[in-house]
Amino acid sequence: MEFQTVVFYLFGAIAVAAALGVILVRNPVHAALFLVLAFFSSAAIWLLLEAEFLAIALVLVYVGAVMVLFLFVVMMLDINIDRLREGFWSSLPLGLLVAAVLVVEMVLVLTGDFFRQWPAPAPLPADASNTADIGRVLYTVYAYPFEIAALVLLVAMVAAVSLTLRKRKDARYLDPAEQVKVKAADRLRVISMPAEKE
Amino acid sequence: MEFERPDFSLAAAEIFVAVMALVVMVAGTFLRRISRELGYALAQITVIGAAFITVFSVNEPTVRYTFGTMYVSDWLGQVLKLFIYLSVFASLLYGRLYLIERRLEKAEYYVLVLLSMLGAMILVSANNLLVLYLGLEMMTLALYALVAFDRDNGLRSEAAIKYFVLGAISSGLLLYGMSMVYGATGSLDLGTVAQAVYLGAGDETVLKFGVAFLVAGIAFKFGVVPFHMWVPDVYHGAPTPVTLLIASAPKLAGFALALRLLVGGFFGLAPTWQPMLMLLAVASIVLGNLAAIAQNNIKRMLAYSGISHMGFVLLGLLAGVTDGSHQLAFNAYSSALFYAVSYAIMSLASFGMVLLLARTGFEAEHIDDFKGLNRRSPWFAAMMLFVMFSMAGIPFFLGFFAKFAVLEAVVAAGHTWLAVLAVIMSVIGAYYYLRVVKVMYFDEPSERTALVASSETRVLLSANALTLAVAGLMPQGLMSICAYAILTSF
Repeated sequence: MEFQTVVFYLFGAIAVAAALGVILVRNPVHAALFLVLAFFSSAAIWLLLEAEFLAIALVLVYVGAVMVLFLFVVMMLDINIDRLREGFWSSLPLGLLVAAVLVVEMVLVLTGDFFRQWPAPAPLPADASNTADIGRVLYTVYAYPFEIAALVLLVAMVAAVSLTLRKRKDARYLDPAEQVKVKAADRLRVISMPAEKE
Repeated sequence: MEFERPDFSLAAAEIFVAVMALVVMVAGTFLRRISRELGYALAQITVIGAAFITVFSVNEPTVRYTFGTMYVSDWLGQVLKLFIYLSVFASLLYGRLYLIERRLEKAEYYVLVLLSMLGAMILVSANNLLVLYLGLEMMTLALYALVAFDRDNGLRSEAAIKYFVLGAISSGLLLYGMSMVYGATGSLDLGTVAQAVYLGAGDETVLKFGVAFLVAGIAFKFGVVPFHMWVPDVYHGAPTPVTLLIASAPKLAGFALALRLLVGGFFGLAPTWQPMLMLLAVASIVLGNLAAIAQNNIKRMLAYSGISHMGFVLLGLLAGVTDGSHQLAFNAYSSALFYAVSYAIMSLASFGMVLLLARTGFEAEHIDDFKGLNRRSPWFAAMMLFVMFSMAGIPFFLGFFAKFAVLEAVVAAGHTWLAVLAVIMSVIGAYYYLRVVKVMYFDEPSERTALVASSETRVLLSANALTLAVAGLMPQGLMSICAYAILTSF
């Protein structure tokens, strides 16, 4: 067997085992960590396909950002595992049926000739960098959709902030800027009174 | 891939609106004290400025492309954009008092309205599936947030969630269709796709599946039966100024989406999508008109009436598929454009009237709230009469000519039974429009307070309603603009 094939099967097996772990372990934090492992091994498989930009983006975005956020959410919410497990055995036949249908469909698609219409791409030269290639078209040919996508993200940000940001009225908060600017006259009022004798 | 430096001047209006939206956002954050008036003023300046740029940037009616071929500048786009500006301008003006009274007037509101308008503009000028989708997403994402803007109100949040979930599903359908088209033709560019479809390249089964999903996605955005479930709830649940916005500008953008995708991209597959549109149009006209009769809430009634109006727009689009006569096809598309524009103007005036009657702590949402309007304000009762007559398609108002042009095109395309059905349903539909008129003129008013509105609103709303009557007497101007836009763009 070629070295690449060995690596493919190694990471493929890890990915499948990790995916099984996500749904089988009892502890939700462990499930999230298994998901990280599944993402990581998929990234390794993408590297084998010479898609290094996608592989690195998967690790940076999903493993680095999304999953960390997800772990926080899982740890913050007090999830009752036993209630989640309820009805596992009763819904198992339905689940198996859906899985069987999916397997049949995938076999039909993969053994059909739809994906064989196009020849396999020639291997890239050793110094080819698809990160540089993506960057080159992203900022030239696809600059317009790229900028629009940036504005779509801005819409999401403005929407999220305007829908969730609230000023708490009951918080006892002192504004440091106001504190620094305070003058003696604000704190002490000198009142002139006529002198009085006992 | 070789890269050609894009001509930014063609997209000057989009760039201006994008920059101004950012300016409003920053100004709203740093100038909090004066941001209310400033946000409103800047937003209106942006809309007017964009209108000037659009009017003066096009001298000759040629079709020009920039950003590769992703952006198309043609008269169809310019005309639709001008009416989108008009819709946004009117919705900001009519809705201002409502927002101030309910403490909803914030800079973010104007930022979202401007970005939604920008999305509609991008969509209208898109010539690439990717850009089409991104423009659509930007427009609707901002609208979801605007529906939920009054966040402490349960009705608003419910409407926003429904709109968001169904909108996400429809985007999924549209994207799935686009991915199939890409798989079959190997291109996202609408011109290349049209050529591949015309030459019969690519797997035809995959293409037909793709078109079916595209039609479903378009139907969702249009809100036609059977993809209409969100329309009444969202119109009812959204704050009225947002309802006004949803009922006008996105309909024009949706029209551009349908025209550019189906006619521009997939005319070669017209025998596939024409029956689908026929089914959607018939179901919308029947169900929209019948369901509107049962409504007591005027926003829901207008929502169902909007569904039937969108059915008419689809009728115009499907009538363009004839056996090769270009003249008939042009007439049909320009009648559909004329109908979409007329509907936008009518729905601005109708929701403007609903806003006029609302005041602090009171939403004039029920038809009963229009009782005896003639005693309270004879002038605005007459304006509402114009709007209702125009929507019902009573001669000689604008709505009559819109219906007339579409029906003429449908008959010319040889679908007489469709035209007969549409006329019968319009006559049934006239009942609920005339009921509003009856309530205004013959019922005793339940209250006698005077109407509260700023003078600008009064002037623009009167002008808006009078347009329906004047343009109904002289429809040639608007009609020839629509015909010219279609003629020079295809």
